[in-house]
Amino acid sequence: MEITTQEFKHCDLIKVKGRVDSATAPDFSKALEKANNDGHFKIAVDMSELEYMSSAGFRALLATQRNCKKLNRGELVLVSISDRIREALELAGFTELFKTFDNTVDAVGSF
Amino acid sequence: MPKITFPARFELLDEIRDLVAHTARDGGFTEKDIYSLQLAADEAASNIIEHAYLGVADASIDISCDMQSDLIVITMHDTGQSFDPAKVKKPNLEADLSDRQIGGLGIYLMRKLMDEVSYESNLTGNLLTMTKRRR
Repeated sequence: MEITTQEFKHCDLIKVKGRVDSATAPDFSKALEKANNDGHFKIAVDMSELEYMSSAGFRALLATQRNCKKLNRGELVLVSISDRIREALELAGFTELFKTFDNTVDAVGSF
Repeated sequence: MPKITFPARFELLDEIRDLVAHTARDGGFTEKDIYSLQLAADEAASNIIEHAYLGVADASIDISCDMQSDLIVITMHDTGQSFDPAKVKKPNLEADLSDRQIGGLGIYLMRKLMDEVSYESNLTGNLLTMTKRRR
């Protein structure tokens, strides 16, 4: 799994590549937590090259969303979710918790 | 059914998913179902590592994955703490963000993704069996 963070004027774009499972989710969490610790609560997670995500990844997204939405300071949005991952998110009842975008331009522009 | 012993560490999840994908692909499952099977196996193995073997080093899980006609049968045997799935509260998928519970999500996904999920605990340990029919 590879994570890259790009800081834009109004939000952070965090790209996660590869697979997020119980082994790699801690690093995913770390990247999300770092953004929050730096005072960034408007986050777009680019999932265009994410092949796989288990509930360990969903947990990390949920925790960060809670933190971002506290005091209305921001939110976490998801970008370019693959069909497989979207189906799993739907099954877990998570799709209603996150705004989704088809591309990073729209996602970043939404903030 | 040949069993493979995996060290009970998250680093092995890749291999466990590969084993399941390989069997499912040979068994003629669709790509969508192959993903579901990998996810269910991942959630199951992760639960064993995280809960059954909490605080235990050098533990292992015996996993078998076979086609029985058009049915894939995945079993996972561990010698960790026994587990009663009836005690796990079903996650409330309608809860709003602040009330949403994460606990129980793994088992919930397993039950939704597989046709059948059963647990058995006895003196030899815990046996999880999951099956899914090829469509």
